[in-house]
Amino acid sequence: MAANLDPFQSAHNAGPGRRTILKTLGIGAAGLAGIPLLAACTGGSGPAPGASSNSLTFGSGSSDDVPKNAYKAVTDAFTKKTGVTVATNVVPHNDFQNKINSYLQGSPDDAFTWFAGYRMQYYAGKGLLAPVDDVWATIGSNFSDAMKKASTGPDGKMYLVPNYNYPWGFFYRKSFWAEKGYAVPKTFDELKTLATKMKSDGIIPIGFADKDGWPAMGTFDYINMRLNGYQFHIDLTAHKESWDQKKVSDVFDTWKALLPFQDPNALGQTWQDAAKALEAKKTGMYLLGSFVTQQFTDPAVLADIDFFPFPEIAVEGTDAVEAPIDGLLLSKKGGDNKAAHDFLAFMGSAEGQNAYAAVDTSNIATVKGADTSKFSPLNKKCADTIANAKYISQFLDRDALPAMANNVMIPALQSFIKDGTVDVKNLEAQAKTLYAAQ
Amino acid sequence: MSTTAEKPAAPDSEPGAAGRTTAGKGHSGAGRRPGKAGKVRRLTRRDKFVLAIMVGLPTLIQLLLVWLPTLFSIALSFTRWNGLDLKDIKPAGTDNYRFVVQDYPPFWPAMQHNILWLVFLALIATPLGLLLAVLLDQKIRGSKIYQSIFFTPVMLSLALIGVIWQLFYNRDSGLLNYLLGTAGTPRAVDWFGDSNVNIWAAMVAATWRHAGYVMLLYLAGLKGVDPSLREAASIDGANAVQTFFRVVFPAMRPVNIVIVVITIIESLRAFDIVYIINRGTNGLELISALVIQNLVGEGQVIGVGSALAVILLVISLIPIVFYLIRTFGKESKA
Repeated sequence: MAANLDPFQSAHNAGPGRRTILKTLGIGAAGLAGIPLLAACTGGSGPAPGASSNSLTFGSGSSDDVPKNAYKAVTDAFTKKTGVTVATNVVPHNDFQNKINSYLQGSPDDAFTWFAGYRMQYYAGKGLLAPVDDVWATIGSNFSDAMKKASTGPDGKMYLVPNYNYPWGFFYRKSFWAEKGYAVPKTFDELKTLATKMKSDGIIPIGFADKDGWPAMGTFDYINMRLNGYQFHIDLTAHKESWDQKKVSDVFDTWKALLPFQDPNALGQTWQDAAKALEAKKTGMYLLGSFVTQQFTDPAVLADIDFFPFPEIAVEGTDAVEAPIDGLLLSKKGGDNKAAHDFLAFMGSAEGQNAYAAVDTSNIATVKGADTSKFSPLNKKCADTIANAKYISQFLDRDALPAMANNVMIPALQSFIKDGTVDVKNLEAQAKTLYAAQ
Repeated sequence: MSTTAEKPAAPDSEPGAAGRTTAGKGHSGAGRRPGKAGKVRRLTRRDKFVLAIMVGLPTLIQLLLVWLPTLFSIALSFTRWNGLDLKDIKPAGTDNYRFVVQDYPPFWPAMQHNILWLVFLALIATPLGLLLAVLLDQKIRGSKIYQSIFFTPVMLSLALIGVIWQLFYNRDSGLLNYLLGTAGTPRAVDWFGDSNVNIWAAMVAATWRHAGYVMLLYLAGLKGVDPSLREAASIDGANAVQTFFRVVFPAMRPVNIVIVVITIIESLRAFDIVYIINRGTNGLELISALVIQNLVGEGQVIGVGSALAVILLVISLIPIVFYLIRTFGKESKA
């Protein structure tokens, strides 16, 4: 440092002006040192490889081993078929979801994993995604209308290519029900009658867990759709309908009749605990996504599991199924890359989805003509349920603004579970503020 | 650095003095020396450069990491923003504060829980730490081992603490319900799930950490008390209790102030334990948890989260200002 300073020192003519310059230099140097700190704050990833037509980048939030390997099988199959190389960036899924805002605005990958529903529509509406109508022109016939509807953006263009989904329903143990002589309820009244009977038999009729906050949304969604219809669910979660209206309070009033039959310890347990209770025949049935079967490691128990759709209440029978869809999107940048479009088309073909499903068997491929030869009877039933559904909803936390689902509905549903009351006026007041901030 | 400036100065000459002579060789140095401005010009350019870096760098880091984020948070708390495009920032006046106070149901429970937390730490956890310190300050055998045991919770990682307390509090298989004889029965207490008891369960877990921390500070404080004070007290005929409360405890005044501030701050930033239990919902709402809920992740509402953060900041400033006044007030008197 002394060596650096000497030249300045020999400048005898230095007046006060020069000193100011020196001082400024010093602060400037310190300022430069601070720049990397600032840059580190933005958290952007490094520059992605150039978007030529024989390579693409693929951002994946599927970081658990099974889905990670499954996506690797897909990219390998795609590379083998077309010669296009795919550079995959796997990010832990919570990080991926939490950082999606800065990811899409920074330097996103060409294609990336995401969900259907409001969360897709929102980014499509903000112009951060590239439409893939050209892809849908070739793969459109592979999908049901419900899938197509779930993949459409707010401007009517196609954005998502679905990969897999999983239905929500009441899961139960066949042998247990046969032994006790229970029959699958078709209507809400039958469900209540059955639950009353189970209660008198000394078991908790409906398994329930809401320590994490989100599982209770499934019950809310189903009662809402069975009472007010699929479109109302979509409009309500998009806040085109007010929360402060009779239709919403009716949902809670209807639910209230079910509360005494749901596990009273719901707030202290996770869905994994509740799955164990179902396995141990402590509870009669359990409303959850088909991923509940991941908890049944004993093959004998797994083979004993069946499910039935949420019974009909007022409208649309059991036409609507809650079956969150995971799939692929193109970022705005990826829209310019022909290879990325081809990759999405591959994901939307039976070939691509078979490559995925061969590794990850816990989900249901969304494409028609997917390989079902390895399906268990339960898988087959899940697939049929989805295929026959007229409407597919995405679950409250994907259909609604995440802040509404996480910050408002979780506390509201938890307090409803506790004392059976909910303040719909307050829900609307909160919704108004939160949706206005978007 | 250069030789002249760094040479250890004689006791009566300032470090800058040596440098000045070098600088004084300059055309104007000799003439200006006696002037009023001379005091400033005793520093050479080199000194100024060094000073600029030594003062500027920390200031800049402080500015970047503390003041700018704080000011941005305050500014953002008066806006609506979706976090996407800077163009989307819209002024919102005090709407976010109105929302937090009027429409956000978890806010007031969170305030109550923070106060309850403070009272609990102040009345139970801190005195417990003091008690442990006094006991361990006696010359009992294995004192070091006990100290380590009580201090261990302070060092444990969050994940481990979650597992440990799960073992105690679990409804079906936890130690506590087992000891109460209610495990596996419908009367089993759901320590984490029942919103009437879970705040108490969490505070006990917090005490477990806080007491160890306070104990360590007081142990150091007790070692620093002049033994002649105790001697004088016992010569005057004071018993052990009187000696402690009338002589030793007041003599630890500096430590006491630190403890008061730490207790208040711990109660304000209480976060980790409730977050690992259920992310601060269902009876465990705390302001810090609400800040995280609203600022980090998918449920991000920047305006509301910033407003909550500012509220927490303002509340935190009170004990900090109190502490600074006590500290600097004493220094200026000395």
